Amino acid sequence: MKSKETYWSENLRLIFICLAIWFTVSFGFGLLLVEPLNEIRLGGYKLGFWFAQQGSIYSFLALIFWYGAKMNKLDKKYHVKD
Amino acid sequence: MEELKLYTYIAVFGTFALYFAIAWWARASSTSDFYIAGGGITPLQNGMAIGADWMSAASFISMAGLIAFLGYGGSVFLMGWTGGYVLLAMLLAPYMRKHGKFTVPEFIFDRYYSKTARIVAVVCLIIASLTYIIGQMKGVGVAFSRFLEVEYDNGLYIGMFVVWVYAVLGGMKGITYTQIAQYVVMIFAYTIPAVFISLQLTGNPIPQLGLGSTLSDGSGMYLLDKLDLVVTDLGFKEYTTANLGGTLNMFAYTISLMIGTAGLPHVIMRFFTVPSVQAARASAGYALVCIALLYTVAPAVGAMARLNLMNTIEPAAGENLVYDERPQWFKDWEKTGLLKYEDKNGDGKIQYTADLATNEMVKVDRDIMVLANPAIANLPNWVIALVAAGGLAAALSTAAGLLLAISSSISHDLMKGVLTPDMSEKNELLAGRVVMTIAIIISGYLGLNPPGFAAGTVALAFGLAASSIFPALMMGIFSKKMSGTAAVAGMVSGIGVTMLYVFQHKGIMFIPETSFLGDMEPNWFFGISPNAFGAVGALVNFGVAFIMLKVTGPAPAHIQALVENMRIPGKVSAAHAH
Repeated sequence: MKSKETYWSENLRLIFICLAIWFTVSFGFGLLLVEPLNEIRLGGYKLGFWFAQQGSIYSFLALIFWYGAKMNKLDKKYHVKD
Repeated sequence: MEELKLYTYIAVFGTFALYFAIAWWARASSTSDFYIAGGGITPLQNGMAIGADWMSAASFISMAGLIAFLGYGGSVFLMGWTGGYVLLAMLLAPYMRKHGKFTVPEFIFDRYYSKTARIVAVVCLIIASLTYIIGQMKGVGVAFSRFLEVEYDNGLYIGMFVVWVYAVLGGMKGITYTQIAQYVVMIFAYTIPAVFISLQLTGNPIPQLGLGSTLSDGSGMYLLDKLDLVVTDLGFKEYTTANLGGTLNMFAYTISLMIGTAGLPHVIMRFFTVPSVQAARASAGYALVCIALLYTVAPAVGAMARLNLMNTIEPAAGENLVYDERPQWFKDWEKTGLLKYEDKNGDGKIQYTADLATNEMVKVDRDIMVLANPAIANLPNWVIALVAAGGLAAALSTAAGLLLAISSSISHDLMKGVLTPDMSEKNELLAGRVVMTIAIIISGYLGLNPPGFAAGTVALAFGLAASSIFPALMMGIFSKKMSGTAAVAGMVSGIGVTMLYVFQHKGIMFIPETSFLGDMEPNWFFGISPNAFGAVGALVNFGVAFIMLKVTGPAPAHIQALVENMRIPGKVSAAHAH
């Protein structure tokens, strides 16, 4: 019998992974590592600048949908769908 | 000019007629309709409504202009105002939807079993929402006065009337469907000029790609490289690397905007309108799609507008524009006082440089960039008319969401919740409508007579949401033991620290004379600007709450059971909770 506690801890693990990526693409690539990344070019964009003004937003989008899909699976597994 | 005026009237009043028709069709008949649109909004509809709710006059009119002049430093707004949705989707929205109530203060009351907590939440909500609304009302007045040559005051009255009709009649239900229409108007108005301009400058119709492409002027140079070159030649900071007050300040600023976004009640309450927890998660995703559509275009709009402006004034190095030959849009904006030229060296030409002594463009207001952009790029008149309708849609949709947050917190939390609990549903609905009418009048008054602190209001709204509401909600969900006493102590100290910092540098209620440390960078705490201080306030909130929790003991067992129930979707788990 799978319990509520394991549902919650699986959710927390997912949130932790997502927020680690959330932090890396914005505060990491867009701010703290912006100077070394700017040495690399993505077309006319400097890579660090691209992460700060474009890439981080695309990553946020991917994260929210990925988290939603994973959680829907988790809801099914634990039979907690509304 | 006559043709432009005709198109603008058609666009503006055509969209108003549409909003009225929707309001009539979707009028509210119960408190559930009025507060949460009956709870039957689909995730995609909700995503679009959140987009319109969230993207205000500031996002539509001001943000690209800020980026145009801040360059890389403007990234804090792009990351901050989108990253908050990741936090909403994972840390707040699903659990608050599961709990299933009408307002944010009501959630705080249930979770922290304390009327004090509820009242603190209502006060934060009203201050944050009212300060935010002033900006929207000013946006409406400016749009009318610039595009329709209607007096600022009369423009404001028209705007107040339009919001009053559909917000009071329809409540959340009417607001939701109107916001969907407003989102569509807004996004077309924002992206169409951007597509045209990107095509002109780079030959690529997708602005997000155009910004990273080469110029189509035959030079083969990348747009951003050219922009860097042009601005550094004139002594400005390099566009793609210009920092905003240092890395730590940018870090704190971004985090403040992110948690402030996640803590703004008028956004959170939109998640109560969907039928399930799964739908709440999906809404956050669709909302960010709708928002990202504008937010990824904004950096292109900003950079291209800056380049176009520079190229107009100095078409080739050393060949400056002769003032008497300036284009029509230049004259139009000079009339508003937002653009000012002063011939310092008397040569009749325009010199625009970073050096204050020789710079002759003595005023270039950032806010005019989006509105003037289509004219600078010589786009057809119907595009300019569309931008006017879009700017109004952005301001009105956000104002309506804020008004609902204010009226529900008074009619539902203060009146029904605290003062007169035996009020009937019919009377509560009436009270909601009356309070909303009063709120419209007050915000209209503040729009007509902007108080001295209007300029600093964004800092205050985000600072309050970031330092009080977000931490209280997050701890309420992720710490079962968090008690009411500890949470209230945390909220009060979080706001206290943030307000003290903002006021000591910006003046009490933003009256500069009362500022006791001065608005000077050397006095800033680790160089963090007052706008970015919400992050520190939030840390103080968390810290105080956990220390108080250790001192005063955990929340009672039934509250801990409530939290467990909140964490898991579905009715099945609710039945097993006890």
